[in-house]
Amino acid sequence: MTVATAPAPPVTNTPPSGSSRRGVLRWLLPLGPAIVLLALFLAGPILWSVYVAFTNETLTGSASVNSEFVGLANFTRLFDDPNFINSFVLTFVFVIGSAVIGQNTLGLIIALLQRGRGRTTRSVVNGVVIAAWVVPEVVAAACWFSFLAEEGTLNAVLGISQEWLYTAPMLAVILANVWRGTAFSMLVYSAALSEVPKDLVEAAAVDGAGPGRRLLHITLPLIRRSIMANLMLITLQTLASFGLIYALTGGGPGTASQTTPLYMYEQAFRYFEIGYGSAIALVMLVVGALFSLLYLRLIKVEDA
Amino acid sequence: MTRLAARGAAGLSLLIICLAFLGPFLWVVISSVQPEATLAAQPTLNFSLDNFTAVLTWETLILPLINSIIISGSTAILTVFVAGLAAYPLSRYQLRYRRHFMLTLLFTTGLPMTAVLVPVYAMFFRFNLYGSVPAMVLFLTASSLPFSIWMMTNFMDGVPVSLEEAAWVDGAGWVRSLTTVVGPLMAPGVAVVAIFVFVGQWGNFFAPFVLMDTPEKQPAAVTIYTFFSQYGQVAYGQLAAFSILYTAPAVILYVAVNKYLAGSFSFAGSVKG
Repeated sequence: MTVATAPAPPVTNTPPSGSSRRGVLRWLLPLGPAIVLLALFLAGPILWSVYVAFTNETLTGSASVNSEFVGLANFTRLFDDPNFINSFVLTFVFVIGSAVIGQNTLGLIIALLQRGRGRTTRSVVNGVVIAAWVVPEVVAAACWFSFLAEEGTLNAVLGISQEWLYTAPMLAVILANVWRGTAFSMLVYSAALSEVPKDLVEAAAVDGAGPGRRLLHITLPLIRRSIMANLMLITLQTLASFGLIYALTGGGPGTASQTTPLYMYEQAFRYFEIGYGSAIALVMLVVGALFSLLYLRLIKVEDA
Repeated sequence: MTRLAARGAAGLSLLIICLAFLGPFLWVVISSVQPEATLAAQPTLNFSLDNFTAVLTWETLILPLINSIIISGSTAILTVFVAGLAAYPLSRYQLRYRRHFMLTLLFTTGLPMTAVLVPVYAMFFRFNLYGSVPAMVLFLTASSLPFSIWMMTNFMDGVPVSLEEAAWVDGAGWVRSLTTVVGPLMAPGVAVVAIFVFVGQWGNFFAPFVLMDTPEKQPAAVTIYTFFSQYGQVAYGQLAAFSILYTAPAVILYVAVNKYLAGSFSFAGSVKG
């Protein structure tokens, strides 16, 4: 990274600088701490996990002293491991169910229903939905634990007796995550909808388009970039979700709700299989990186 | 008439959505003031604050909350300091790789930090940092930096350069300019980033869960999980009281910056379609 010392200063003026060495220092000094921290605690560990994923590194036993290069062994093991495949499928179900379908649709619906409502209605609805979002994930788990308990609120309301966390653990964690994450989509869509020009929608109404057609042919196409960006962001947030599922079901019963982050936790932190755990982490990072790149392409950052 | 019906239906839907979102909170709030609360949602007329006094002991709540304040607070302060410094050249100078750097930061915000913790844990183990609070704070700071630098740069871009030029004429360098002119002017932005990082770390469960070695160092996020898994079924009233006391600071801080955060949601929508 170097400073463009070209004499023609573009839009912004710059503070006085001396020789070219001072020119380097004047950006290196303020950026230095950030670069060092990012290199040591983010880039370093990620690169190291790339290396370790190809070794048999463990934290205990002989391999902890002399880890060996094992090539693709961790990865061939990974894709033959029924528990990993199971976790991958469950993560997919979790992301599609709770983020793409749940949070996204519900967030959009709430934002649409709120249009043209009074201040009080809006702030009450916003307050309630955002409250679920502000609560820390372990507390959210405690809320849902009691809500879904055999004699809990949900069964009392529905008048049935059902051990949700045992009979339908995936449904339980998906519902809990929809509850916790909808606020984000709602806020994104409220912001996007407020920028949709009113006259366009009204013109369509004059031409005889009903509410359904106005939504489908005017409003949704106008906010499609927000929809795509929101889908990417909530997918990224949901992929790595750990605390909520871990506190609510612990991945169980058995492995019925063990998504990939929980499986990674079990392998790396319970069995201390760092090499294998890193291979799982690497798969998660690659999937996350792909979605992150898609997001960058999508939003076409102007000011960067 | 159909317009009225549609409005009514929309209002009814909003009401149902509100009730559904309130549902999971209900028993936590009620049982926190019920002396003998269990998981069974059967409120009685007995009101007592016994659950709150029961959890307000040094090991159960006070020490974990102090740990949370130390961990989240020092992460927030360090992040704001480092991100503020980094934002200055990114906002003010014409750097050749600025765009690459900013895009890399934005890209990094999308990476799953859960996955990064595996190598970080192994690294901490190898370099004898396992259980070290300062080392964990440095990691948490690094993980908060990409988003914070991004936000901080945007806030700094909002401070007109012309205001600084007077200081430069008087011979002030970037340090003076940053601390005496830009810093005070973007104080609201600094507060938003600090509170954002603080609230995020206040709820962070996974990092301290795997990086800290003894219960005495754990923040409330982990202690409440331990309490939940050990006594959640039997002493639900106390768990509820614990939840409320632990959640309150996050809610209060959120309300404080709510106004400013609302603007950042056009972040995903600010893009021209």
